[in-house]
Amino acid sequence: MNWPNTWIWLWLICGLITFAIRYSFIALEGHVRPPGWFVRWLPFVPIAALTALTAPELLLVSGKLDLGADNPRLWAGLIAIAVAARWRNTLLTIAGGFAAFWLLR
Amino acid sequence: MTSRSAFLLGVRALLPMLLGVAPFGVIYGVVALQSGIPPLAAVLMSSLVFAGSAQFLLAQLVGAGAPALLSVGAVGLINLRHALYSASVAPVLAALPRRWKLLLAYLLTDEAYAAAIPHLLREPRSPQAHWILFGAGFALWFGWQLATLAGVLLGAQLPADLGLDFALPLTFIAIVVPLIDSRARLAAALAAGAVAVLLAGLPYKTGLFAAALAGLAAGAFMQSREKR
Repeated sequence: MNWPNTWIWLWLICGLITFAIRYSFIALEGHVRPPGWFVRWLPFVPIAALTALTAPELLLVSGKLDLGADNPRLWAGLIAIAVAARWRNTLLTIAGGFAAFWLLR
Repeated sequence: MTSRSAFLLGVRALLPMLLGVAPFGVIYGVVALQSGIPPLAAVLMSSLVFAGSAQFLLAQLVGAGAPALLSVGAVGLINLRHALYSASVAPVLAALPRRWKLLLAYLLTDEAYAAAIPHLLREPRSPQAHWILFGAGFALWFGWQLATLAGVLLGAQLPADLGLDFALPLTFIAIVVPLIDSRARLAAALAAGAVAVLLAGLPYKTGLFAAALAGLAAGAFMQSREKR
């Protein structure tokens, strides 16, 4: 990409969308409430979107499924998942995942 | 309550959260450089977008060469939850001049909302209540800018062969796993992950959108079954 134009335009558009979401109901001055289906579906959004990004990073090597012992990202990722499930701590999860990754690769 | 004491109340409510947010900001700065984003652009993203997990997402998508339209859509999707915070604080801010609403909307993050909302819901409501949200929002904004700047400066010093790009999937694992507290949420994660792997070969990363939709559908389906 061309520095600086393309980056800054992309950030600006993403920033405007983020701002519009945060401003939405404030602009309506509390007269409108979010619909029920929106409230029910919303918790699934970060789970679905971030898992969609993460799963290929762990499971695919050069575009092919690799469940072998020599795929360090898969095993380090599984260890990070276990750490996250047990302690629910962001930094501990990242540290545990990296420790496993550096040992295994 | 004076505006000054309300502002300081908001700052104090947020300060403990900076312990968790600051390392996150440093990691963002490091991985943004790993994704090939120039240092100045990485720093500017923190004020132009100003949303933690969306910044990680954007760095990941830009690094993977995803088209701009998909990146914009993904950032919008991941920040949709802020609409709920907007609805929640709207009655408190309804009578304020527009410049206050614009400023507080820009500062309305997960952390600022979480720090300020217990004070905002307290009755009787102070006419200076918006200063609490401003104090919390400003404290987070300032801490986030400093932390990401530190991360960019640090990232420029680190050797390239550490595999630091792996910090992105690890960060997403750290965000998602604690959110999974029901079978419906587990189904959403499993469906999204499976479809993303199956469709990884599609052009322009369009498989990611299909995967996110599959996760939403699976979660909603399981939830409707659990309720019956």
